[in-house]
Amino acid sequence: MERIVITGLGLTSPLGNDLATHREKLLAGQPNVQWLKPRYMEECPAGICDFDATRYQKKKEVRRGTRAGSISIYCAQEAFVSAGLKVADLDPSRIGVYVGTTEHGNVETETEIANIKEFDYDTKYWTHHHNPRTVANSPAGEVCLNMGITGPHCCIGAACAAGNYGVIHAAQQLMMHEVDIAIGGGVSESIHTFGIFAGFKSQNALATNEDPNRASRPFDKARNGIVISEGGCLYVLERLSDAEKRGATIIAEIAGWAINTDATDFVLPNAERQAQCMKKAIERAGLKPEQIDLVSTHATGTPEGDPKECAALREVFGENMRTYVNNTKSFFGHAMGAAGSLELAGNLPSLTDNIVHPTINVDDLDPACALPKLVTGKPCQAEEIRYILNNSFGMLGINAVLIVKRFEA
Amino acid sequence: MSREEIRQLVLDIIADIAPDEDLSAIDDAEPLRDQIGLDSMDFLDIVMELRKQHKVEVPEADYGELRTMQSTVDYLVPKLG
Repeated sequence: MERIVITGLGLTSPLGNDLATHREKLLAGQPNVQWLKPRYMEECPAGICDFDATRYQKKKEVRRGTRAGSISIYCAQEAFVSAGLKVADLDPSRIGVYVGTTEHGNVETETEIANIKEFDYDTKYWTHHHNPRTVANSPAGEVCLNMGITGPHCCIGAACAAGNYGVIHAAQQLMMHEVDIAIGGGVSESIHTFGIFAGFKSQNALATNEDPNRASRPFDKARNGIVISEGGCLYVLERLSDAEKRGATIIAEIAGWAINTDATDFVLPNAERQAQCMKKAIERAGLKPEQIDLVSTHATGTPEGDPKECAALREVFGENMRTYVNNTKSFFGHAMGAAGSLELAGNLPSLTDNIVHPTINVDDLDPACALPKLVTGKPCQAEEIRYILNNSFGMLGINAVLIVKRFEA
Repeated sequence: MSREEIRQLVLDIIADIAPDEDLSAIDDAEPLRDQIGLDSMDFLDIVMELRKQHKVEVPEADYGELRTMQSTVDYLVPKLG
C-alpha cells in the first residue's frame, strides 16, 4: 500500500497561530477561553483566534469571503510554507484541497437575516454574496482562489469528525493518484453563529463557568457542556515516494484510519461503534492496541459523552490500558470541524520529544473517566511515543479515527 | 446634496468595497472599472449600498449610468440633489 506522509502544517487556534506557540501553551497548561457575546444572547465562553488574515489575503478578499475561508487560507498558506512548497513551482492542477467542516453557511445566513430585519424583511436588501459565501465548498474554494490551485477541491461535511475526515480524504486522494499534493484537515468559524450556541444551550449542552478558562473540563465531575471554539489546521500530505524525491522534511506518517457511523441517534454517541471504529483503524494500521502510545481523545466535556468514549477506550485497550490518554479541548474548547486536525497537531511533537501534553481542569476526576494513564495537570515524559491515535466523533453518529506514526524510513 | 457631497458618498461606498485601492487619484471622466479593481459583484455592492444607505434604486437598465464617477454623479443629482 502506498505510504502517505505529512510534510507541512498550518494552524490557528485560540492558543496561537503556529504549532510552536500552540504546543508551548499545551505543555505549559495555559488555556485561552474568553467571553464572547453571540447575537441575541448573553456572553458565553468561547475560543477565539487572533491570526492576521491580511498576511495572505487582501482586505477585499477578507470582505468578499467568509471567516471559514480566511481561516482556511491562513492554514493552507502556512502549511505550504512549512512544507517548503510554492504553488508557482508546482503543477497547480495536481494539488487538491480537502477542508473538513462541521457546518457552513449559518454565519452568513444569520447575518443577512439580521440585515434585512432592519428593512422590515424586504429581501431586495439580501446580499448577492450570499450564495457564493454559503455553498458547501466555499472555504476550500476560497483557498484555491487565493493560492491559484486548479486541482480538485471540496469541503467534507462530517460534523465534529470533519478534521480527521479531511486528513483521511486527502490521504485517499493521494493513494488513488488523483493529486500529487493534498491539503487536508478541518476548520471552524462556528463561534460567529449564535445558532450553534443557542442550539447547544437548548440541548443543555453548553458549558457555563464563572471563569471561562475553567469552563471546558472533560473528565471532571463538574463538567457541564461544550465550549465552542473557532480555529483550523490544514496539513500538506504527499506520497512518501514524492516527499523523499524532493527531500521534504517528514513530520509524521499516516499509519491507518477508520470511519464508521453509529446509526443509533442524531446526537447521542455510541460507545460500541466508537470502539469498533478504533479497532478497525488499529487493525488497518497493522497494529495491536498495546502498540498505540497515545490516544488524543475527542471528549467534549458533556456529562454523557465523556464516559462513553472512556468505555469505548476500555473496550479497545482493556481495563489496564498502558496507552497514555489526553484531551486538548480542556484548553480552548471544541473547535468543531477543526477539532480533529488541531488536536492531532498539538500532539504531533510527542513523536519527537516523547512528552504528552496534559488534560487540564480536571480537579475532581469522574470515576467513569478514570483511565489508568490519563495525563492531567502537568505534561508527562513518556518512554517513547511512536503511534498516536486521534479520535473525532460528531453528530448523526459519524466517527473518524486517525492513527499517525513517527516516520521511520 | 451638492455634487461634491454626492461624489464623496460614492467614494465612501467604493472605499468600503475596494479597501486595498488608492482612490485619491480617480479620474472622474474615465471608467471606474479601468482605474480600480471592481468586478460585477463589486458593482452590485455599489447598487446595494445606494439602496441601503441612500434609498436610491438603480434599475438594471440604468447600470450603464454608473460607468464613470462623473456619469454616476450626474445620474444621482436628480435623485439626491
